[in-house]
Amino acid sequence: MPIQYYITLSIVLFCIGIVGVLTRRNAIIIFMCIELMLNAVNLLLVAFSKMHNAGAVGSDANPTAGVDGQLFVFFIMVVAAAEVSVGLSIIVMMYRNTHSVDVNFLNRLKN
Amino acid sequence: MSTTEILFWFLSVLALVGATMVLISRNPIHSILWLIVVFFAISGHYILLNAQFLAIVNLIVYAGAIMVLFLFVVMLMNLNSDTEPQKNNWMKIAGAISGGCLLLIMIDVVSGSSDMQNKTAIVKEGNIGLIKVLGKVLFTDYVVPFEISSVLFLSAMVGAVVIGKKEKETPNP
Amino acid sequence: MNQFSNLVYLVPLFPLIGFLINGLGRKSLSKPLISLIGCGVILVSFAVSVGIFFEARHFGNTPVIVNLFDFIKVPGFDIPFGFQVDQLSSLFLLIITGVGFLIHVYSTAYMHEEATQHYGRYFSYLNLFVFSMLLLVLGANYLIMFIGWEGVGLCSYLLIGYWFKNNNYNYAARKAFIMNRIGDVGFLLGIFWILSKTGGTLTYSQVFAQASSFSTFDVTAITMLLFIGAMGKSAQIPLYTWLPDAMAGPTPVSALIHAATMVTAGIYMIVRSNVLYTMAPATQTVVAIIGLATAFFAATIAIKQNDIKKVLAYSTVSQLGYMFLGLGVGAYTGAVFHVMTHAFFKALLFLGAGSVIHAMQNQQDIRYMGGIKKYMPVTHITFLLACLAISGIPPFSGFFSKDEILAAAYEHNLILWVIGVITAGLTAFYMFRLYAMTFLGRFRGTHEQEHHLHESPSAMTIPLIVLAILSVVGGFAGIPEVFASNAHGLEHFLSPVIAQNTESHQLNHGTEYMLMGISVALALIAIVYAWSRFSKKPEIEEAEGAGKLLANKWYVDELYDTVISKPLLASGNVLKNVVEKSGIDGIVNGVGRGIQYAGRQIRLMQSGQVGNYILLMVLSMVLMILLVFYGNNLNPIFNMFK
Repeated sequence: MPIQYYITLSIVLFCIGIVGVLTRRNAIIIFMCIELMLNAVNLLLVAFSKMHNAGAVGSDANPTAGVDGQLFVFFIMVVAAAEVSVGLSIIVMMYRNTHSVDVNFLNRLKN
Repeated sequence: MSTTEILFWFLSVLALVGATMVLISRNPIHSILWLIVVFFAISGHYILLNAQFLAIVNLIVYAGAIMVLFLFVVMLMNLNSDTEPQKNNWMKIAGAISGGCLLLIMIDVVSGSSDMQNKTAIVKEGNIGLIKVLGKVLFTDYVVPFEISSVLFLSAMVGAVVIGKKEKETPNP
Repeated sequence: MNQFSNLVYLVPLFPLIGFLINGLGRKSLSKPLISLIGCGVILVSFAVSVGIFFEARHFGNTPVIVNLFDFIKVPGFDIPFGFQVDQLSSLFLLIITGVGFLIHVYSTAYMHEEATQHYGRYFSYLNLFVFSMLLLVLGANYLIMFIGWEGVGLCSYLLIGYWFKNNNYNYAARKAFIMNRIGDVGFLLGIFWILSKTGGTLTYSQVFAQASSFSTFDVTAITMLLFIGAMGKSAQIPLYTWLPDAMAGPTPVSALIHAATMVTAGIYMIVRSNVLYTMAPATQTVVAIIGLATAFFAATIAIKQNDIKKVLAYSTVSQLGYMFLGLGVGAYTGAVFHVMTHAFFKALLFLGAGSVIHAMQNQQDIRYMGGIKKYMPVTHITFLLACLAISGIPPFSGFFSKDEILAAAYEHNLILWVIGVITAGLTAFYMFRLYAMTFLGRFRGTHEQEHHLHESPSAMTIPLIVLAILSVVGGFAGIPEVFASNAHGLEHFLSPVIAQNTESHQLNHGTEYMLMGISVALALIAIVYAWSRFSKKPEIEEAEGAGKLLANKWYVDELYDTVISKPLLASGNVLKNVVEKSGIDGIVNGVGRGIQYAGRQIRLMQSGQVGNYILLMVLSMVLMILLVFYGNNLNPIFNMFK
């Protein structure tokens, strides 16, 4: 598949995630949009890894070229899992204090 | 149109529709379910790219563990009703416009880039996505980051417990 | 060989030390100590000056230049703080320190009744005045001269306003300062012009060496600008009105301003720049005309003045006009000669007038004097000698110097000479009117004043006597060619400094005798007429008709007030009330308000709401991507700002 397709798909997914972060005020939805953005990037990384592998197969230099990209995806998933566990606990904490998950209540940064 | 292409377009449309539905669903439960759809579509893409290990991990970790966690939280808090007040339309418009700008610019940049012309990602072939290959690299070249990620998990776990712990005295409700 | 000349920095240094000691210690020092310091430093300067003067005879064409330190040194611009000792400056040193010393001694008696603190202030100002004038004369470049020039202006302000509790005196001081300042602008512009033409040097020798490469326009402009400076400092039309008002200061100060320092600065500067002036005939003509006009104009005013010091002030303006006439017709030596003789007799006149005023208990109006002759013999005799000297009666000093200028004027243009001679007659007339009304006839003051009339103390009379001797014999420094060949000592002395003396002696002896005869005869007639008229029947009533016009100084002050001051004040008010209030204040406050408003608006961006921050972050990302990937397309726009 042409790499352009994957790039475009990833960008569209990423931007949907951004628009979600910007427009929604529910902290959980925002969090999910961030996960969406991470996945868009993951998809692109895998596509790029396969693209590099294609180049390497042609020249027959290194049959495992591009494997790094997939490992990165793996690590991103690891980090995302950790992030989600912490982030969700923060949201729970926030809900416990304000009885809302609206991020606009979190405007104490102002002070 | 080959089967591969049909699958690619189907999965792409599924991912985009799912993502859009995540965005516009009123009910957080629906958002979560649509997000799971997106993750399945992306896993499908991984399989198409012959990245079997990531496809499985994606399903297990994201669609399985993380989304279940989300569902738990939403349901524990009883947020499935539409609690979001609709008043700040200006913010929504501004967010949509700026996101759109970013989309247009990034697509324009990438499609104009000469590096990306006539490059393809091989589908259905290649063995780098197999567990065997990845495992070898992971436990040789990347063994230190792998072990460190376990420390990360430990600290995340401790952090989640500390944050989520009910405080003994709550000064303000 | 040049051991004194290399010590030239001592000459201005001592007055500066005196200024510092007296100025700082005026509250703790006693009066005798202040007098001792004030006079002593000048005496030491005088002694060094005498040494320098006798060395300067042998300098020839190479002046001694003593560079003390670099004053301004940047690439392409090098001005050392240097002193130049040559014949001209050594002569001026002698005049300044010599006459200045006598005036200092005189002041010790004249100012004796002042409080100690003010007495110290007075002497510190006097020392500073002498210091500034010495700096002016000694500077080896125009910048050092300018420093002295400004210092002299400052000191004149301080001393004219010495009795600062009287507001009129303060106004007079301010007037002197502002008038001088107008001239200073011209001088400063002239200096800048020279600087731009010589490429970064103001040192006399280098400027004059390069002068031949200047265009005629440049030289004319430079000399005209310098002359404007001289107009202000030396009280020429149209900037002369400050000098009569400067009589507000103590009388010895007037003597110092009029004789030794300050007003001769303009003459000195033009003589110093004679190379440039000789190259600019147009400027020379202007100088001559203005000088002559000032001489005549001031002489007419002096006829009807009743204040003893005002008469002397206008006579100074008139005599300065003579000097400028001499400069204008190229008689540089004559001008310097007249500066010297004028310093003697004018200092004498002022000090004599001060002696009279002192005895009359600060009465300055000659209508209430008369018959003082028998009470104050020394003052009377010395004053008479000074009057004869200024009137140009041979063999007194004024005769020689004035005759030299008039002879040069005659060579130049007959009309200049005619007006000059008429002015000389007027001079004799008003001086003897002053003399007759003051010393002859019967006393017209109060009995109390008559009772107090007495000769001044010796601290005052000795300077008078010394100056009187100088006034009588000073002229023999420059005996004209007709009397004895090669006897003009001053011309020989100054010949290395004055590059091209256009003062040729081509008049045949008969003509020159005739010229002398006419001027002396005219002066004698004026003297006899004034003597006979004013000793018997003093002019006490208010002047009528043309006399009133003269008595009111041609209404020049009123004219300036109407033509310059009032419109300036009016426009100042307009600027203050309209432009300042609504324009500038509006802009300033508007900027402030705009920033406050913008601050209030921008503050809203910091809402503390996460969404806003993320939005801004995204927008910044868009902008960065735009700049990175599309930056090249913006180059034409960026290039517009380069």
